Amino acid sequence: MAKLSEIPSTTARKRKCDILRFMAMTTFKRIIKAGFINFRRNSSISWAAVLQVVNTLAIITLILLLQGVLQSALGQIKEKVDVRIYFTPNAPEDNIMLLKSSLEQLPEVAEVTYTNAADALKDFRERHSNDYPTIQALDELPENPIYANLSIRANEVEQYASIADFMKSDGPRVVGSPAYIDKVNYYQNKLIIDRLNAIIRGAQKFGFLLTLYFILTSIIVTFNMIRLTIFISKEEIGVMRLVGASKMHVRGPFMIEGAIYGIIGTLITLFVFLPVTIWLGNNMTTFLGINMYEYYISNFLQIFVILLLSGVGLGIISSFLAVRKYLNK
Amino acid sequence: MIYFNNVSKVYRDATALEDVTFTVEPGEFVSIVGHSGAGKTTLTKLILSEEMPTDGTVFFESVNVHKIKNEDLTKLRRRIGMVFQDFKLLPHKTAYENIAFAMEAVGKSDEEIHSDVPHVLELVDLSHRHSHFPHQMSGGEKQRLAIARAIINQPELIIADEPTGNLDPVNTHEIVQILKRINDLGTTVILTTHNRGVIDSINKRVITMENGKIIRDTKHHGKEKEV
Repeated sequence: MAKLSEIPSTTARKRKCDILRFMAMTTFKRIIKAGFINFRRNSSISWAAVLQVVNTLAIITLILLLQGVLQSALGQIKEKVDVRIYFTPNAPEDNIMLLKSSLEQLPEVAEVTYTNAADALKDFRERHSNDYPTIQALDELPENPIYANLSIRANEVEQYASIADFMKSDGPRVVGSPAYIDKVNYYQNKLIIDRLNAIIRGAQKFGFLLTLYFILTSIIVTFNMIRLTIFISKEEIGVMRLVGASKMHVRGPFMIEGAIYGIIGTLITLFVFLPVTIWLGNNMTTFLGINMYEYYISNFLQIFVILLLSGVGLGIISSFLAVRKYLNK
Repeated sequence: MIYFNNVSKVYRDATALEDVTFTVEPGEFVSIVGHSGAGKTTLTKLILSEEMPTDGTVFFESVNVHKIKNEDLTKLRRRIGMVFQDFKLLPHKTAYENIAFAMEAVGKSDEEIHSDVPHVLELVDLSHRHSHFPHQMSGGEKQRLAIARAIINQPELIIADEPTGNLDPVNTHEIVQILKRINDLGTTVILTTHNRGVIDSINKRVITMENGKIIRDTKHHGKEKEV
């Protein structure tokens, strides 16, 4: 139980805390208000800074959209790659199915499709329907030369090697399949798969470096633009300090202004990209491989969050650093 | 209140102050007179710790102003009101906001700001200009606004660095009268000027400077003390 003598000091401490909290809230409110007023009163400079932030955010958006195109292009190429296991004509379907299910249990495998000999022949005829000599040669053969096969698709291109390794391991031998396997085309496809792997990896690395370059340069330009807006106020900063304002009281409104640049910049960028992606969706879908408008809309929330964080972060950090230079003088 | 002990300030190869020693008592009105480059502004900057002395010490009461922490310096500056020749008003704030900012800086509440700012604007005869920006005001008005800002937090000391330098005789007279009134109310005032006429109209202690040295200190009316 609290002693009686402790009660007044606890109350006093609580009151002091309340006053401090109230003062902090008042300061925070004033800083936000001052940020908005400064933005409005320096409108020409403020809008110049906003447009520069828009430039940076537009580059980020463009890179996000290009990532979408690159991903879809790579996805389409990956779709076309598979490893096929061809079986001898006498291979019992049960064994093939057993192998299929054991393959499906591998974590690297995305999909295994079984095509029996009759269907494979049908597919072959369809694919070569214009190639008369081949069809004629096929007709003259006494039996179906096309064998049943399993088409295996991996999650990632580089995983085909491990699937091929699995085929060489004991796993398939247990189910007695090797006897019925005619050939596995991975080794024929290996060169193409390896090259494709290198291209994908290269494209990703190049894309990353390019993204880094563009984002860095536009951040530097924006940072300097914001520094310029603050350079104009450098004397004002000195006067504020002379009047006795704390560093945060001077810096706060500039940081809020920076945040406003980011928020308005984000909204403008999102709005500008709407007609752009609609046009791209209507006219460039075949060329790009994806409908840009649909991609933009379906990823809208994600793009919004990325742009907002980048814009506001850029604005606040640039202002913080730019004011610091004059605060310490 | 202010103690300069053998203070020197050297900028690269130019000597701004040389072995300056003087004291300012609380409630005094001290005019520092001298030509441009005599070291008047350097002296005020040393009190505010905007500059570091090359040699010697400057005390504000018991505090060595060049040996205190950053946050303490902010607190110290809050005890001093500054008035400059070029006014140093915040250009993007109205007359009202310029004064309110100084109050916000020391953590005054909104209620205090609402009640004190109109009062001080009235004191310097600027009530009708409260929503004007500095660029919409005349030189005299700007200086009166600067004085209003300097006194709003009831500082112990007002430093007015060439406050009449950019003003015509009528406005000069007005500013001097306002500063005298502030001094009469108990605030210490340090005024620098190169205008002899200003000093004559004040008729208080005068420190004369030349080439960074104090050459004369008239402590009391008419009684000169050669240094």
